[in-house]
This record gives sequence, C-alpha cells and structure tokens, in this order.
Amino acid sequence: MRLEILDRGHRLRTKALLALIRLVSRQPVVDAVKLAFYRPDFYGGSDLTHEAMRGPSAWSIGDRELMAAFVSKVNESQFCIAAHSATSGLWYGDHEKVVATLADVETAPIDEPLRATLRMLGKLTRAHGIDPDEMGAVLAEGVSRQQIEDALAVCLVFNITDRLAEAFDFSVASPAAMNAGARHLLKRGYR
Amino acid sequence: MSDITQLHRALIARVLDGNGKAPTELRRAAFDNAGLDEPMRTLIQKVAHHADRVTDEDVAAVRAVGMSEDQIFEIVVCAAIGQASRQYQNALAALASAKGQRSAR
Repeated sequence: MRLEILDRGHRLRTKALLALIRLVSRQPVVDAVKLAFYRPDFYGGSDLTHEAMRGPSAWSIGDRELMAAFVSKVNESQFCIAAHSATSGLWYGDHEKVVATLADVETAPIDEPLRATLRMLGKLTRAHGIDPDEMGAVLAEGVSRQQIEDALAVCLVFNITDRLAEAFDFSVASPAAMNAGARHLLKRGYR
Repeated sequence: MSDITQLHRALIARVLDGNGKAPTELRRAAFDNAGLDEPMRTLIQKVAHHADRVTDEDVAAVRAVGMSEDQIFEIVVCAAIGQASRQYQNALAALASAKGQRSAR
C-alpha cells in the first residue's frame, strides 16, 4: 500500500473491526477492504459498487463478476483481476471459463450477448470512449438497453476501483486470502 | 432516476464538495484532470490514463511539495472517479444515439 494512512490510519473502532475480520477469517485483511473502511464518509464507494454488482439485473452475479475481472484485465490491475476472477469462477463453479474469457474473449465458451458486451466494455475501457455503431453491434446481439446500462455500471465501478488499486499499489494476497474474499463477496456483497 | 444514477451523483458530490482536507478547487482539477501544476499534474494524469504506471516517486514528489497523505488520497480518488465518469457518460450517450431496439421504459 502506497499511503500509510490506508494501512494504519483507520479510526479506533474500525481498527477493532479489521482485527475481528482477521480473527474470524484467519486471513490478513486484503487491501481493498482497508480502502473501503478508510474515511467512508469521503470516498465510500461501496453502496454504488454493491448496487452495480448485486442490485437487480438480467445479468447473473457471475456474469457481472466476469465483467469486473475483464475490465480489470484491460486496466492491468492484478489485485482486481485475481479477486473478481476468483469470485466469478466460484459463482459459475467453473474457473476455466473465466480464465478462457480473460485469455481471449473471441474464443471463450460464453454466450454471444455476453461476448458482445465484454468486447464493448473492453473497447470503452481501453479507448476511454465508444461509438454509437459499436453500441448498435451489442444491441444487434439481442442485449437489451437495460442490460447495457447495467454492464456500464459495472464498468464505471471497476474503472474507479482499478485506478485506486493501482495508484495505491494494492498487494495481491495469497490464494487462500483471495478465495476467502471471494466467498465473502458472494455471501455478503460489497456493503 | 435509477439507484445507480443517484448513488453515482452522491459519490461525485461527496468527493468534490464534501468534508475533505484538500481544497475543493484542487479536488475539482483532479477530477477534471485539467489545470494542475507539477508534480500533481503527472500523478493525476497517470491515475486517469495509466494508473498501473503510478510509482512511489510520483507520490513522493507530491508529498515533497507539502501535500499530506489524506490530501493525496482525496485527489487520487477524485481523479479515478472523474475519468471513469467521463467514460461512463460517453458510453451512455453512445447508447442513446445507437440504432436498434428502443428502450421499453
């Protein structure tokens, strides 16, 4: 972590909560959690993240976690790739599908509407913008406008989170800690 | 207005105008990635466009001109939300003018 306040600057009550999390999970607290608990009255992105990732949507939780991992791959955020690959793979019960999608979205064993949506999110994230024609191509695959809006919300949240993870230099925790995090995200979400 | 729209607006309002240690003009400039002086300019430009290339030196340079860790935290958060929000608005506008099925709403 590049700022010491994010490691050790939490209020006393929050420090006690972080200690409890360590005790119960028997894992170190991952950097994303430390950020989420630092001055939540200022940044506090967890409500927006929870709504995008767990709110009502025609996309499954596994699909949205896959979008999160995919956007993070474009942003080269190793922490977020690991965290959301693990969560998506756990939801699908199929980690290979996630690995294949991140390796090559064109050949991955996923449905065409999801493929077209991921392709669009990748372009948007890489180029910082997208054309109406490229949106039209997603609609032509049968993806509804509401589904596109839902996918864009996931993309918004991870374009914020990936930047913070990289700027603050999150460490990728051990596989055991990342998997414990993934189980928590499926059970409780982001709030 | 969807929950996302509302939560997104509240987040932006909080980081730009809420209680913070960095001056609001500096937070706004970081959000816009515009009008910053060095060394803030380099750090914020990287957060917006290549956050994976931010280095310890970029952060040390901003500390060296007297910015506290909390102020650095705030302007980095503003920069991340600003760039992600511009991409999001660009995409929503592209969706609104895309040909194809119309919204059911």
